[in-house]
Formats: sequence, structure tokens, C-alpha cells
Amino acid sequence: MSRRDLTLLGILGLVLAVVPFVYHQPYHLHILILILIWSFAYTSWSMMGRFGLVSLGHGGFMGVGAYTTALLWNHLGISPWLGIPLALVAAAGLALIVAYPCFRFRITGHYFALVTLALSGIVLQIITATRDWTGGSLGYTPERTKGSGLVALQFTSKETWYLIALGIWVLGIVIWYVVDRSMSRYAMEAISEDEDAAAAAGINVTAQKLRITVISAVMTAFAGAIYCQYQMFISPDTVSGIGVSLQMVFAVVVGGLYVAFGPTIGAIVTILLAETLRIGFGTKAVGYDNLVYGILLVLFILFLPKGILGSLMERWQARRRAGRAQLARAPADATS
Amino acid sequence: MPDFLDIYLLEAIINGILLGGVLALLALGLNLIFGVIDVTWICYAELIMMGMYGMYYLSGVYGLPYWAAAPLCIGLVGVLGLLLHLLVIAPLLDTPPINQLLATGGVLFFLQSFATVVFGIEFRNLGIRLPVLALGEMNFSYARLLAFIAAAAGMGAIWLFMTRTYTGTAIRAISQDRQIMPLMGVDTRRLYLVTSAIGGALAGLAACLLVLTYDVHPFIGLTFGPITFLICVLGGLGNFIGGFVAAFVFAQIISLGGLYSDLEWGYVLAFAFFILMMFIRPQGLLARRS
Repeated sequence: MSRRDLTLLGILGLVLAVVPFVYHQPYHLHILILILIWSFAYTSWSMMGRFGLVSLGHGGFMGVGAYTTALLWNHLGISPWLGIPLALVAAAGLALIVAYPCFRFRITGHYFALVTLALSGIVLQIITATRDWTGGSLGYTPERTKGSGLVALQFTSKETWYLIALGIWVLGIVIWYVVDRSMSRYAMEAISEDEDAAAAAGINVTAQKLRITVISAVMTAFAGAIYCQYQMFISPDTVSGIGVSLQMVFAVVVGGLYVAFGPTIGAIVTILLAETLRIGFGTKAVGYDNLVYGILLVLFILFLPKGILGSLMERWQARRRAGRAQLARAPADATS
Repeated sequence: MPDFLDIYLLEAIINGILLGGVLALLALGLNLIFGVIDVTWICYAELIMMGMYGMYYLSGVYGLPYWAAAPLCIGLVGVLGLLLHLLVIAPLLDTPPINQLLATGGVLFFLQSFATVVFGIEFRNLGIRLPVLALGEMNFSYARLLAFIAAAAGMGAIWLFMTRTYTGTAIRAISQDRQIMPLMGVDTRRLYLVTSAIGGALAGLAACLLVLTYDVHPFIGLTFGPITFLICVLGGLGNFIGGFVAAFVFAQIISLGGLYSDLEWGYVLAFAFFILMMFIRPQGLLARRS
């Protein structure tokens, strides 16, 4: 990231941070918070997805993050300040258990997608099967705290949540850039091109893939935990299972898989779309949003596989390159 | 009879075998598509859901007899498979396989919501309740038995088609070497279409059988989808015999797990077994030598 980009990002962050102090409309703030939290979740998916590791199991990691935090709070009274780290450890463990054999035995592409799909299926089934503790498919609510809201990480004011969500979103973008600038990125790109060649060049393929998978899984679980603390209601359909996994993939593909702000654009587009459809069609018409989602996903993959932001940036860069080429040619023309 | 072989255990084992037949049929269609076109239809179970709705409307609402509605329904889902290939898969054949996978994910979303919007979220059934077959002290539902027999017949027909006809032989050849077949003068485009139609028809057949035992609702696909994928992966994607064996292994685990606890725990056990097997035999139960 160049100095100019950094300044731009700083200004953007400041502008966004000021929003809740001048604007108080709760519904709009609620939408902004949702966009920020989901942007973080989508960014964490894209950490793996951009290297060709298409996981359909991230719904599972999100469910682990949300349910572990809520269950520890309700049943053992463990504050989310401790519960969330525990949930992240659980997600990391789950990621290792599933990903290690996959990577060790070279399970890639279709196979990997299907194995991870199974993972989100398992988490969904376990949540449903343990309905005595988790409430099953009816959903689950963390108990309202009687003591300090800070200890229980429960806040009623939308402004507080907005700032928390903004901080988390910035964290996601920063992690994206850190990985983007690291050697891991080059290693992962080499691996996604050709595993054998990468291994021959001295890259520890399994370790590299595991590292990125664990980062991605932990971030997703964190998104789940925060979503749970904010919404104070989770159900298997909203935080785990195949639907959520596909929703992540869809948003990232729409926004742009290979650019830092792609997942954010994806979150903005999909959440605004869902809200508009919900308000436009009313509550009686459940399913219309996913109908449009589905068609759009197919159309995007057919015609705009790089996503909205990805395609825009590509066009912009091509133009800049053309401009630079012209500049370079101009003196040559003058001398001839 | 030895002590451990009590009557409930025997009943669960036989029910597992019956379930295995249906699961094997589910896996067969998906395996066929994967083996020949090298594409995973994530929305496969949603095609089955559409087929179940087809049966519900043809037989339950318009009053066609079951034996007349079933072939119609199989044909309809076959056409759906054809359309899926023409509209979504064919334009994406030259792109990375992940794109194809995601596009069919989009179709999954689409079909689910389409069913929600058009058919509503109510649980529906045919209203046919087949009697229960009592064998000594064991009870088996006729629906399951019928499903098992039809699944076996369907698989037999596919086997005959694949081994005894020219088209079937060409399909098997393609699944062995995708690059060389076009050079041998085989029209891959046509074969892909035929395969997609057969894959769809198999989903239709599964739908006709499942509608006898399950109520249909827009999210029924989520009940069968994951387990079907697991079976295909466990058997080795594209490996028909492996898929067949895996289906019966899975069905036993679900059935026996369900005997000792809830049905969901049967599924959880099956999933756990699956992950264990990924460590032991990552390329599938009967790995093809490469």
C-alpha cells in the first residue's frame, strides 16, 4: 500500500468514525453495522478464496464462533471477553482438524469445496442435534446481563456498536494488506498455480495453506461471535450451514475476489439489495431476495467473474497504463 | 439367534440397507455428472426438490395416478438437467472449475427461493400412505422397500445403458480421458447433453421415490444434499462402484446411529466417520490408481 493509499484510507476511516456522532437514525445505523460486520466476515472468506481455496465450510466456522461464545455465557457464565478467544481457539482447532488431511493428501478444487461443504453440514447438524443446550433450529439468545454491559459485551446503543464494528472492519482490511504484503502471499499464489512446482521451489505447501486457512477461520469465527453479541439472537440458519457459506461466496464474487475492498462492496450491494427487496415486497414475500441473489450470482460468474470492484479497478489500471504508455511514446515521436 | 443380534438391531440393519439403495441412487446421478463433465452440481438436491414438487402437483393436485405421474416427472427433471447444462455449465466449461461450482451454487439459491415464492413454505405430501410390512416382529415401510427396488432397477438400467450401448460406451470413455475423445471423433457436446439429461432424470427418479416417505418443502434439498456429496467424495468422485459402497456404509451408520440415539446423531456420526476416512483414505474408499 503506497503512502497515498494509506492517507486515503485514514481519511475514509475518520469520516466513517464521525458518522454516529452526527447521524442518529437507528435503522440506518443498524444497516451500517450489519454491513461492517458482514464485510469483515466476507473479507475473511476472501483471504482463502483469492488463492483458489474455495471453502464452503465458513458457515461452520461462523457458527462455532457464535454458538461457543453464547453457550459459554449462558451455561457457564463466562464473559465474552474470555469466551470469544475460546471460541476462536475452537474454530482454529476445527480448521486444523479438517484442513490438515485435506492439504496433506492434496485435496484441492472440487474435493476441497465438497469436504468443507460437509463441515458446514456437520456444524449445522450438531447444533440441531444438541437442541437441549442450543435451542436447535429455533435459535438461541444470549441472556441479557444483569450487571455491567461492558463485562458482558452487551451494549444497547447503536453508536457503540457502530464504532466496534468499524474497528473490526478496519482490522479485517489491515489483515488483508498484511497478508498481501507478506511472503505468504507469493507462496500461496505459486501454490495456486502449480503445487508441485511450488513444492519443488522449496515452499512448504501444507504449512502455508494451513496458516492461511487458520487465519481465515479464526476471523470468520470472530465475525460470528460479534454478530451474536450485536444481534443477541442466533439461529443455525443465520450463522451456520450451507446457506451462510454460499452467501459469503456470493457476496465476495459480486464485490471482487482479488481486491481488498471487494468483499466490502459485496456486503454493501447484497445487504442493500436484501433490505430493499424486503421493504419493497413486504414480509409476506420471503424468498424474493434469494431469488434475485441466485440469478445475480450466476450472471456475475458468467459475465463479470472479477466482480464489480475488481472489474472497475482493472479498467482503471488499464487506462492508467495506456496513459503512461502514451507519455512514454511522446518523446520518442518527437525525436524521430 | 445370538444375543447381540436382537430384533431391533436386525431391523435397523435391514432399514439401513433399504436407505442405502436410495442414497446410492442419489450419488449415482451426481457421480455420473462429475465423472463425465467434471462439474459438481451443488444444486443436485434442489433438482430432486423440484422433482418432488412435480410429483406433488401432478399426482397430488391434478390427480394423475402415481404410475403415470412418475415418468412425466422423471422427464421433467431430465429437461431441467439439460437446461442447467445449456444455460449455466456450457458457457463456463473453459473457465476454472471453481466458477462452475459457484454458478451451480447460484442455481441452488435460485431454485430454493423459486420454490419458496411459487410453492410456498408449507410442508406438502402426496397423501399416499403405504402400509407397513410386518415380518415377524420387525416393521418395514413399503415405501422404503419400493424405493429400494426402484433404485436398484434404475441403477441396473443405467449400468446396461453404459455397457451395452454405443452412447454409453462413449460416455465411459470420456470419463476416462477427456482430451483424447474429441480427437477420436466423438461429439463431446452432444454427450454432455445426454449425460446432463440422464443425471437430471436420475434426480427425478430419486424424487419420485423420496416423495413417498418425505414431505416436500423448499429446503428439503438441504436434507439430502450434504449427505450425497459426502457419499460421492467418500467413494471417490466419479467412481460409480465406490459411490455405491459408500452409500451403503453411510446408510448403515445413520441407521444404527439412529437406533441408539436421535436420527441427527446418526448423521453426526456419519460425518465424523467421513472426516476420519479423509485421514485414512483421502482419495476415496476405492481409489483409482493414477
